[in-house]
Amino acid sequence: MAFPILTATVFTPVVGMLVVLLLPERWVTGIRAVGVAFTAVTLGFSAWALAVFDPSITGAMQFEELHRWIPSVNIFYHLGVDGLSMPLLILTTLLSLLAAIASFSIKERVKEYYALYLLLVAGMLGVFVSLDLFLFYVFWEVMLVPMYFLIGMWGGERREYAAIKFFLYTLLGSVIMLLGILALYFTAQPHTFDMLELMRQQGTFLRTFQIVVFLAFFVGFAIKVPVFPFHTWLPDAHVEAPTAISVLLAGVLLKMGGYGLLRVSFPILPQGAHWFAWPLAILGVINIVYGSLVAMAQKDLKKLIAYSSVAHMGFVLLGAAAMTPTGLNGAVMQMVCHGIITGALFLLVGVLYDRAHVREIDAFSGLAVRVPVYFGIMSFTMFASLGLPGLAGFVPEFLSLAGAFPVFPVLVIISGVGIVITAAYFLWTIRRMFLGKLMPRWENLPDINFRELVTVVPLMVLMVLIGVYPSIIIKLMNPALTELSRFMTALK
Amino acid sequence: MVWLASIIIIAPLLGFLIAILWGKRMGEPKAAIAPVAALGVSFGAAIALFAGTLLGYGGDFSYTWFRVGDFALQVGFLLDRFAGVMALVVATVSFMIHIYSTGYMAGDKLYGRYFAYLNLFSAAMLGLVLANNFLQAFIFWELVGLTSYLLIGFWFEKPEAANAGMKAFITTRLGDVGLLVGIILIFTLTGTFHFGTIFGLIEYGALAPAMVTAIAILIFAGAVGKSAQIPLHVWLPDAMEGPTPVSALIHAATMVAAGVYLVARSFPIFVAAAGASEVVAYVGATTALMAATIAVVQIDIKRVLAYSTISQLGYMMLALGCGSQAAGIFHLYTHAFFKALLFLGAGAVIHACHTNDMREMGGLGRRMKWTAATFILAALALAGVPPFSGFFSKDEILVAVVDHGGWYLAFAAFFTVFLTAFYMFRAIFITFGGKAGEKAERAREAPWNMLGPMVFLCVFAVVAGWIGIPGVTKGFAWLAGFDVHGEHYGINVGAAGASLALAAGGIGLAWALYRLKVYPVEKIYRTFRPVAVVLERKYFFDDVYGFLFVKGTVFFARLWGLFDNYVIDGAVNGTARLTVLLSKFKGWFDLAVVDGAVNFTGWITQAFGKTFRRVQTGYVQEYLIVLVCGVIAILVAVLVIL
Repeated sequence: MAFPILTATVFTPVVGMLVVLLLPERWVTGIRAVGVAFTAVTLGFSAWALAVFDPSITGAMQFEELHRWIPSVNIFYHLGVDGLSMPLLILTTLLSLLAAIASFSIKERVKEYYALYLLLVAGMLGVFVSLDLFLFYVFWEVMLVPMYFLIGMWGGERREYAAIKFFLYTLLGSVIMLLGILALYFTAQPHTFDMLELMRQQGTFLRTFQIVVFLAFFVGFAIKVPVFPFHTWLPDAHVEAPTAISVLLAGVLLKMGGYGLLRVSFPILPQGAHWFAWPLAILGVINIVYGSLVAMAQKDLKKLIAYSSVAHMGFVLLGAAAMTPTGLNGAVMQMVCHGIITGALFLLVGVLYDRAHVREIDAFSGLAVRVPVYFGIMSFTMFASLGLPGLAGFVPEFLSLAGAFPVFPVLVIISGVGIVITAAYFLWTIRRMFLGKLMPRWENLPDINFRELVTVVPLMVLMVLIGVYPSIIIKLMNPALTELSRFMTALK
Repeated sequence: MVWLASIIIIAPLLGFLIAILWGKRMGEPKAAIAPVAALGVSFGAAIALFAGTLLGYGGDFSYTWFRVGDFALQVGFLLDRFAGVMALVVATVSFMIHIYSTGYMAGDKLYGRYFAYLNLFSAAMLGLVLANNFLQAFIFWELVGLTSYLLIGFWFEKPEAANAGMKAFITTRLGDVGLLVGIILIFTLTGTFHFGTIFGLIEYGALAPAMVTAIAILIFAGAVGKSAQIPLHVWLPDAMEGPTPVSALIHAATMVAAGVYLVARSFPIFVAAAGASEVVAYVGATTALMAATIAVVQIDIKRVLAYSTISQLGYMMLALGCGSQAAGIFHLYTHAFFKALLFLGAGAVIHACHTNDMREMGGLGRRMKWTAATFILAALALAGVPPFSGFFSKDEILVAVVDHGGWYLAFAAFFTVFLTAFYMFRAIFITFGGKAGEKAERAREAPWNMLGPMVFLCVFAVVAGWIGIPGVTKGFAWLAGFDVHGEHYGINVGAAGASLALAAGGIGLAWALYRLKVYPVEKIYRTFRPVAVVLERKYFFDDVYGFLFVKGTVFFARLWGLFDNYVIDGAVNGTARLTVLLSKFKGWFDLAVVDGAVNFTGWITQAFGKTFRRVQTGYVQEYLIVLVCGVIAILVAVLVIL
């Protein structure tokens, strides 16, 4: 039997968690080292998988692992990746490592923090590799609990409110999703949770059934994306969460919604997806325009970035709703690139907050003189986020729009408004925080340090690489997504 | 040829990397070595490329960038004569301005970063003119926008500079979104971004006429933003907050001409698009006229030149709209040299006097002979006086306008000639003539590294137009390889005579008012107060935009922010609160009613128990008595009923 590389990837963080639990609480350095080491090994495993991964194989999973788990109800331990999940898997392991390094700024209860952190990482990875809906749901929920504690215990002033809001909101979504899962299970003949088997059976599901189940899944996924009007948990969670958790929240957790849509809803419920394509695209455009406008109104830097995430995820919905190869590539690439860019933005906000202990945009002015390196990196990342060509934000946005245009021309034109507003609020933020006269209050603000650079620079390199040569990502997913597009169009 | 084109772009990119990473450590003047050398390399390669295209070694080269679906997105170079001329113009002006900047920026604390940005700009601009498809052109188009932003706001501690950079980027992005939609529309209809393929399809008539017009208008929207045409021209005057060499390179000679370039490059689309060319012509004419009138009342020397630039860009658009690709680009080419030179001259003056206000200068002609001489030659070129370069290109535009017809276009074209001559020589007489102003007394001539490039550009400002002397040289259309369908190439004596007379009139009026002072200017101002106010307030564009778009958008954003906070999130919190309330009520209900019922039952049972316990005495006699009483009672009852 081949080495179970996906199991190794998912469970390395769990082993790490056990090791952390065995260490003495006082030995902070050791705990941090273990946290970083195990996430690094996880990244190593996923990188290995990436190296062996053959993107040209479509219609089949790779590194597949299939074991009986609960045979009496036909539940399997079924893992595998394809061109859709591989880029997201790499994104997750990379951000997990960088956020583990960024977590050095956590000073209290480090042991519990890293234990929960590693459990969270395992949960996230599990979602991307599960091919059994039951297993998928288990990982989906496993992720939720450590997240609740990480926000609720290490968060800011209103952490309890934010944590409970996050938890209840997501739980509501996942419970409704569970109903969808059960509906699929009992409708399938023979009863199964296996995604691949359900995909094969999709032709036997009635259209009405598909629509209803699609909506059930959609609620669960929409809350995660988040889709307007289910988005208000996000700014609160982001503002209160510690830096590293914000990074994972924006970088990985938000991708679960889009991933679920493309992994579960589209291929298993194609009729439902076609029925819902227009609403999906309209919601996408609302996310883009409304999210950017509300971002502009924010006074708190972290909230601003949270709302910019809402806007950026709109491109995912728009590209996905089009179901063209270009649109789907744009959607998935937008998930990856948003993870990289917004992950970096949250890391950078954390850098400033650790020094200044405020996040109000108007509390700063003229910082460019005092912290030139930080200013350069922040502007660079913001330009990436507003879709400057040559950096990672442009290509996915362009592909989403170009892919959606043949299907939803008017919606694409409307979303152009969002593109202008995005430029406006990021430049306005740079203007207010970094340009102009330096406030005397910040005369001794130290610039970004080496450890922080270690967390941000790899992401900057990726932004340039992907921006200049998008193939490094697109070639991973293009065959699989083209296949998905063909499958969806054939069933229209 | 491909490697030449690659060198042209890669050299300044390397210069950028070196300067941005190590510029600070290297310090002044070392930090400038790599960037200036990089541009030197680009300049040399551009000459070679230009020669190559003239000799027929050009071509169209495509490479796959990445694939989506079954479609391969391509990048590549279109190396025709047009591209050769553009690359040569950009590289020449850019190289000169790099050298000039070593003098102008001496002592600046961000010396290295300045050259890094300038290199990045050059790379992007050269990439733009060498691109062979719309997507690649758009990418470099946006990158020049970025460098423009960075360089306008280079002295970011000054609030005006920081605001101006932001304004430039956002305003041009409005147009860029139009361009982006246009490109996506092209891609949807044709399945390609490639210039040649698209133009071929359009000439073949493969696209619906309405779609061709839509594409043309959307491309023009991008050009309106970049080339500062009405109604998106408002950013360019403010862009003068940037260092003067930047204004010369980016905001006069090259980047702002990118819009004109793009329209000229997409010329087959405009030719095929019914109505689109008329839009281009009328927008161009209006821009030319309006900006020229504003330039007349400016007192900041750079702003005179900025409005002049807007006006001349309008002129170029007018030529393109009237159907003459050659005239528009010919003027772009001559304008690049003389307008860059004018800005460099203004820079030298500002460097010497430490002010932009022309009223504080004066009498500089004697103190700065070289600067004055080159500035005047460039102004003559701009005014369209023969034999300087501008005369020839302007004449071609006027011919195109006359041929095209339309009284408004002709009026705007000819009246602008007069205004241009007037405002330029007004500026010259105020700045260089008369007595020395308060800031001009200690002014000294610029150093050699500033004068050198000025003299070099001056040569071009004089001779660049000579390619288009009818009967003598082959004409600019030949140089740039344009198709001239039936456009005649020759001097139109009427147009040339009229424009010359108007230019002379403009210069003469400026001479009379500002040199001879035959009539006090203040009096004219007072007599025509309302007109002066309208011009000084720049036709109120900024005021209206500031209210409508800036304040409007922020207001709108705040409104939605409140909506999000109170309505959407309010609904979420409300649901939560309702749930809590409901559960509290249920808690009470549970306690009072449900549990109450249980307790009540218990209580009743107990009460019964307590009451009837007394009956259960345990004495057999009592039970017997009750039994007997019971039997008697039943018997009595039975008897009574029966």
